[in-house]
Amino acid sequence: MPEIVAFNTIAAGIEPEVEKVQARATQVGPRGRKPRRALSGRNIMIYGTLIVVALYYLLPLYVMVMTSLKGMPEIRLGNIFAPPLEITFEPWVKAWSSACTGLNCDGLSRGFWNSVRITVPSTIVSIAIASVNGYALANWRFKGADLFFTILIVGAFIPYQVMIYPIVIVLRELGVYGSLTGLIIVHTIFGMPILTLLFRNYFAGLPEELFKAARVDGAGFWTIYFRIMLPMSMPIFVVAMILQVTGIWNDFLFGVVFTRPEYYPMTVQLNNIVNSVQGVKEYNVNMAATILTGAVPLIVYFVSGRLFVRGIAAGAVKG
Amino acid sequence: MENVSVSVKDLSLSFGAVTVLDTLNLDIKDGEFLVLLGSSGCGKSTLLNCIAGLLDVSDGQIFIKNKNVTWEEPKDRGIGMVFQSYALYPQMSVEKNLSFGLKVAKVEKAEIDKRVSRAAEILQIQPLLKRKPAELSGGQRQRVAIGRALVRDVDVFLFDEPLSNLDAKLRSELRVEIKRLHQSLKNTMIYVTHDQIEALTLADRIAVMKSGVIQQLADPMTIYNAPENLFVAGFIGSPSMNFFRGELQLKDGRAFVHANGVDFDVSAYPSRGPFKSGQKVVLGVRPEHVRVDEALSGQASHQAVVDIEEPMGADNLLWLKLAGQSMSVRIAGQRRYKPGTEVTLSFDMAAASIFDAVSENRL
Repeated sequence: MPEIVAFNTIAAGIEPEVEKVQARATQVGPRGRKPRRALSGRNIMIYGTLIVVALYYLLPLYVMVMTSLKGMPEIRLGNIFAPPLEITFEPWVKAWSSACTGLNCDGLSRGFWNSVRITVPSTIVSIAIASVNGYALANWRFKGADLFFTILIVGAFIPYQVMIYPIVIVLRELGVYGSLTGLIIVHTIFGMPILTLLFRNYFAGLPEELFKAARVDGAGFWTIYFRIMLPMSMPIFVVAMILQVTGIWNDFLFGVVFTRPEYYPMTVQLNNIVNSVQGVKEYNVNMAATILTGAVPLIVYFVSGRLFVRGIAAGAVKG
Repeated sequence: MENVSVSVKDLSLSFGAVTVLDTLNLDIKDGEFLVLLGSSGCGKSTLLNCIAGLLDVSDGQIFIKNKNVTWEEPKDRGIGMVFQSYALYPQMSVEKNLSFGLKVAKVEKAEIDKRVSRAAEILQIQPLLKRKPAELSGGQRQRVAIGRALVRDVDVFLFDEPLSNLDAKLRSELRVEIKRLHQSLKNTMIYVTHDQIEALTLADRIAVMKSGVIQQLADPMTIYNAPENLFVAGFIGSPSMNFFRGELQLKDGRAFVHANGVDFDVSAYPSRGPFKSGQKVVLGVRPEHVRVDEALSGQASHQAVVDIEEPMGADNLLWLKLAGQSMSVRIAGQRRYKPGTEVTLSFDMAAASIFDAVSENRL
């Protein structure tokens, strides 16, 4: 049996197992679970690709973390992949509290709090409005609902650049240009098309009979929304939250256009630190500042990703 | 009109260019169990949703308890509704599901408790009150859904295919329970289904619907024995009625339906008017109205060949070839025939139906 010999040389470690399977197969014909090789060509392809892709994405992060933990003399040696000989948290402290952006030198901390003050209200307000929009569009088929929805969706396809100047004028006329309020309004409006679409589709996917039953039970627009729809929709609220928090936190364009320097979000400050042309390029500080800025979306993904999966699992139980 | 509970007058409903219901009229008596029966897309659920107030009508009026409710909200119509998918609020316990409507209506706490425990007792779901819908079986869920209609103390119950999601055994159990419920509560009930067994067993009256039009509105026995038209005849009964297309012939004072070269003597048929010779007709005979190898007094006999036998336990269904046409006959379960056997048939024409081939109406 030459093919069995060849097979055994490949999988020498599981030889007895293979023989047992082979023996079973010759005696009574195939029976029970089909034996599978761990090192099949298919598995090598799948895991090989996954490992390469994972490395490709993790390597920059590795370099950033390593560089941010080194002192400047060590960085000048040029071994960007080498781990730090002497770990220092100095760059992190500097990036957070004393790196200079333009005139003031109080680090990223101010930008961080600005970003929090922008992201939190924008996320809450946009999700609150969009969920009610989606609910109304999905369940209360008012006159012109389709037209309204179409206009909203078309809005999502107009490039931002076209709208920036008109919005500046509108905000100026409203007297909120340059303030956090103005920026929050802009974020809320720009989140509307995609979020409304998201919520509308989710609510439309809920059983229509639930809505009907609630109406027969005498519940009105808001009672149905708060008591029936909302408790069933946690997964989609988490999805919307992830979208909005990461989107708004990572926003650079609106932050730089619609606010004054004292309200610049973290991303704009990061840019100002990294791109400063004066003095020595402090790579370690830049790396630390970048990681700090990216930390919030990263944490949101890690924390709510779990919630998200759990939410979907809980929502999958049919009512 | 003293005893009318629900009255639908000239009801029309169209979605854009599609007319689903067209000037439909229906009066339902107080305490009556009315079944709307039809295949999917016939408008039966739409009609129910209109009565419930979940769909706005295009034209016409709806009265419940002599009150015009055409423009009323569902909650103000005095109706309770049970849905096919149960539609229980998944995040609430059974108890909360039952009391939700009452809480919304701001009923006193003591009264809510009283009504919930009464409904739970009637439906025997007391042990389930603290559970979530996901922890209940299909039958239990549907009981809770019925309970939700029950606690609202309404005049009219609307059922939208309530048993269609259940397996066969549970379905027949709950069917009996719904009938018992109706007998003890004596409310008006409107029940939508596509299942003719449910319709025949539950209904005081059945409205058979097709493309938004009520084909026949009568008690189950009339619907079954004297269908008003060809559609009703073919829709009700399983296996369905045997149809023979042919021509009426009058010979020597007797009437015959000449179909596929066979002369069926239909003199015993209780026709509504005099027969016209040469009229194109459809003769319909139910499988149980044909005798096999058993002469029926005053009826001619015909020769047929057994094609297939379907034993069903209690009875036995024979598929026969009569002059080239396939037909089914129901006989007692213990009588067995091998395929190919020649048999003699005699038809009980007094129980048959004859329809005009063109208008498809009963003659």
